[in-house]
Amino acid sequence: MSATRGTGGFSFTRIGAMVLRYWYLLSNSWPRAVELIYWPTVQMLTWGFVQLYVAQNSSFFANAAGLFVGGLLLWDVLLRSQQGFAFAFLEELWSRNLGNLLMSPLRPSELIVSLMVISIIRLGIGMIPVTFLAIPLFGFNVWGLGLPLAVFFVNLVIAGWSIGLVIIGILLRQGMGAEALAWSLMFLLMPITCVYYPVATLPAIVQPIAWALPTTYVFEGMRAILVTHTFRIDLMATAFAMNALWFAVAVFAFYRLLAAARRAGSLLQQGE
Amino acid sequence: MLMGLILPDAGAIRILGHDMPGERAALLERMNFESPYVDMPHRLTVRQNLTVFGRLYRVERLKARIDELVEDFDLAAFVDRKAGQLSAGQKTRAALAKALLNSPEVLLLDEPTASLDPDTADWVRGRLETYRAQTGATILLASHNMPEVERLCDDVVILRRGRIEDRGAPSDLLRRYGRDTLEEVFLDVARGTRAEGVEPAAARPAEVEP
Repeated sequence: MSATRGTGGFSFTRIGAMVLRYWYLLSNSWPRAVELIYWPTVQMLTWGFVQLYVAQNSSFFANAAGLFVGGLLLWDVLLRSQQGFAFAFLEELWSRNLGNLLMSPLRPSELIVSLMVISIIRLGIGMIPVTFLAIPLFGFNVWGLGLPLAVFFVNLVIAGWSIGLVIIGILLRQGMGAEALAWSLMFLLMPITCVYYPVATLPAIVQPIAWALPTTYVFEGMRAILVTHTFRIDLMATAFAMNALWFAVAVFAFYRLLAAARRAGSLLQQGE
Repeated sequence: MLMGLILPDAGAIRILGHDMPGERAALLERMNFESPYVDMPHRLTVRQNLTVFGRLYRVERLKARIDELVEDFDLAAFVDRKAGQLSAGQKTRAALAKALLNSPEVLLLDEPTASLDPDTADWVRGRLETYRAQTGATILLASHNMPEVERLCDDVVILRRGRIEDRGAPSDLLRRYGRDTLEEVFLDVARGTRAEGVEPAAARPAEVEP
């Protein structure tokens, strides 16, 4: 009788449906697409001019061009991948559509994969134009980093997803009261993960915390390329290992929070 | 709980011979629901919403199915309008079309005619009767509208403070309570004013089998 009769297994069709839903949202609302590009551009312009000024007054920065802009662009990859992941989920809360999704055959694992894909799409729309803008304006070509750029990118995106996963788990359990986390949690990491300065700058007591973050290895690796022109494979290997651990912990936390929300009935009370 | 959104404290739920929430994803492909308390995304058009949900439910020949529902539910005038711009009646019709996209064997409806004008409400009830007659689907309806319950249901469960107070076919309830309408039966149960000698039917597990 039904138009469909499935086995309930993992489905790429359902992932495609979620991505299509988000694509419709973007294409129906141009301010959303503009907003994706707006903040990375503003940030890049601000830090780019700061770097130009500092480079004119410091031989170190003059020789290590791109430290600020490079740090900023990689930071934005991290921030936007987390926000893209969490905001795509928040869209479902804002539109009161979460009930439809959670009472559909969509599996939590399919929801996670679809949010990953959407975060990459958002990242592409927001970041690619900005990276090209940095070339004529500040003479910094992030694409010139080549293979290391791909390694940095993958590590930062996975780290962003891990944090995004924990945030949406908390949103499922606590409702919209936890919405601010999606906007702000990543900024807690910013001073510790050493986006613009080496880990050695931090107080000794904070440095172990910094080294516990996979993202710290990426920013240190970027500085190694820009300052000493060496690609530190050891840093990247550690970043991958730590990311694998962090992602596994985030998936575990997400499923535990979802189960707790199901037990508490909080999935039906997603308002503030 | 029937849709796997809340876990039961105790007991088991079996629908169409399968365990919920153990076989949740497979079961939900054969079920659907409509509720005024859950919206379709406002910024998507009705057609875009139906396309997305059709893919979520892996509906075969989706475009043809959507065209069929557009005709059945008279959606043509607003199918390309954003869901957030629809009137209450149009929203209900669109939501019902979404609920029937996968031709569910079990359809859960929460107050399907709440806030609708009498004409649209009557039309919706007619559509549900037709769907049930054509497909033999089980419809689980939650409603405070007793004339609607009397018209659509052949098995009525009356709840009070989360517990089953009575259960039976509408004619059986009317006979046992000595009342002319289910509304009067409902008031007897709600106010605890049932006549002497009226014994509630023994509660039994709900069964939803093909």
